[in-house]
Amino acid sequence: MSNVTLSVNLCNIPLANPTILASGILGTTKALLKRVVDHGAGAVTIKSISTESREGHKNPTVITFEAGMLNAVGYSNPGVDAAVREFSNIRDVNAPVIASVIGTRKEDFARVVEGLSGAKFSAIEIPLSCPHTPGFGLLAGQGTPDATFAITSEVRKVTKLPIFVKLSPNIPEICTIAKAAEDAGANAITAVNSMGPGMIINIDAQKPILSFKVGGVTGDALRPIAVRCVYDLYKAIKIPIIGVGGISTGRHAIEMMMAGASAVGIGTGVYYRGIDVFKKVCDEMTQWMQENGFNNIHDIVGIAHD
Amino acid sequence: MIEQPTMVKICDILEESPGVKTFFFKGNLQFVPGQFVMVWIPTLDEKPFTISYIQKDIVGISVLKRGEFTQALHKKRVGDLIGIRGPYGRGFDFQSGSNPCIVGGGIGMASLATVVDRLRDATIIQGARTASEIIYQKRFPEMKLCTDDGSIGFKGTTIDLLKELLKTQTFDKVYTCGPERMMYKVVELCKNHGIDCEVSLDRYMKCGFGVCGQCDCSGQRVCIDGPVFTTAELSTMEDFGRIHILKTGERVNIHSS
Repeated sequence: MSNVTLSVNLCNIPLANPTILASGILGTTKALLKRVVDHGAGAVTIKSISTESREGHKNPTVITFEAGMLNAVGYSNPGVDAAVREFSNIRDVNAPVIASVIGTRKEDFARVVEGLSGAKFSAIEIPLSCPHTPGFGLLAGQGTPDATFAITSEVRKVTKLPIFVKLSPNIPEICTIAKAAEDAGANAITAVNSMGPGMIINIDAQKPILSFKVGGVTGDALRPIAVRCVYDLYKAIKIPIIGVGGISTGRHAIEMMMAGASAVGIGTGVYYRGIDVFKKVCDEMTQWMQENGFNNIHDIVGIAHD
Repeated sequence: MIEQPTMVKICDILEESPGVKTFFFKGNLQFVPGQFVMVWIPTLDEKPFTISYIQKDIVGISVLKRGEFTQALHKKRVGDLIGIRGPYGRGFDFQSGSNPCIVGGGIGMASLATVVDRLRDATIIQGARTASEIIYQKRFPEMKLCTDDGSIGFKGTTIDLLKELLKTQTFDKVYTCGPERMMYKVVELCKNHGIDCEVSLDRYMKCGFGVCGQCDCSGQRVCIDGPVFTTAELSTMEDFGRIHILKTGERVNIHSS
């Protein structure tokens, strides 16, 4: 019997293990969230919800390359009213569910958060960092300290749930933005969103493959950048960090936690290793901890720091 | 494997009916009947199509002219390039069943054509609204046809014809593809006769390889867990025959007929 415990407490949300389904992957329906939890995720995040429904970009929206994935889905989502219907009885999912909320104006974020208040979400995540959707994230100037402060403050007014602010890896002053979020009442930082945008051109077609031409880069290529961001943030802020970017093995997850993450998001890892990537990562973490004399996952967080 | 389209040259085009063309191209990929490819027209869009012909190193997709994308595809000529990625999904299983029946409705017959190639002794039912929509008549002359208006073959639906056949014979397995309400009725009818089905589902797709969640059907990803599902699997999928997903991700009722 293993005496290793992977359970973590993230902003007073108890998680059976630190793996969290990242937003934008498989989070479209309650049934899929439930399946991801059945495959070992400690928590799950829904696909981002806006005030009105959105069809997103045309296909191709998701492709891969040698070192990761490139996507420009364009925030397709059914809008807040349909989302409330879909995610009612969310307790059936058997793990904490995080609502990802997007908006063009700061008032939109608040409206969606209020609209979702009837469903039993455990936390609100606000990604201010999408690199490929006009009107949102980086393309709407939400990735500045001022905008981050303003949007986080607006959401803080309308919810008592923990707020996670998801940041872009692109910006050198990520710590300044994280501090702005912390000052505005954020309870955790999710680091990081996809980087870029990047572009892949099919030379035989002589055109970019993605219909939006550019898309966010995730997967292996993102991991060292995400680890560095988390490492820097750990020194700069007091609130916990959810490390996201290229995690698909237990060793990757441990690396991210050593940099300072209290929990880890997994997205592109579903492509690399299947829907049960969460269980695989947990099993590998447990094995590594046993072999290296760690009983509690808490003891790993931040130990890469001097 | 890298999930990006490869440009291939259309080497032949066959007009299957006034609304359906088959596009052939060289592909050295290994296909299992029931698997699909994502077809890309640069700068326009990308859509899933089941492989409908597998002949050595030539594969074909049969395309019904319906929307903007398929209209653009129908304008392509021999020698033009299209993008292909795949094959994707879990195809049909041929382990059991020595006396199968294949039930295709409308363009759904395209997904079953390679099953017919594999099971030459199968009973084949193809249904359409009217005679001009029937495809593969020369390819599979043994097909039993039915049309809503009776313009060719049996007058009635595929369900009506299958019911007629089941009065005098039985099948080990039924393979079906077509409108979802039709497939739902086929499965229900077959359950009453103790016959297992394999059903090829259709959903709007984005990635095609199981990460985006767009093609969910009760927690099953049609692109990678399907598109082919068995009667036993479908019995746990409440959305089958009832719920579709819009491009926005909203789950909506399938219009009942």
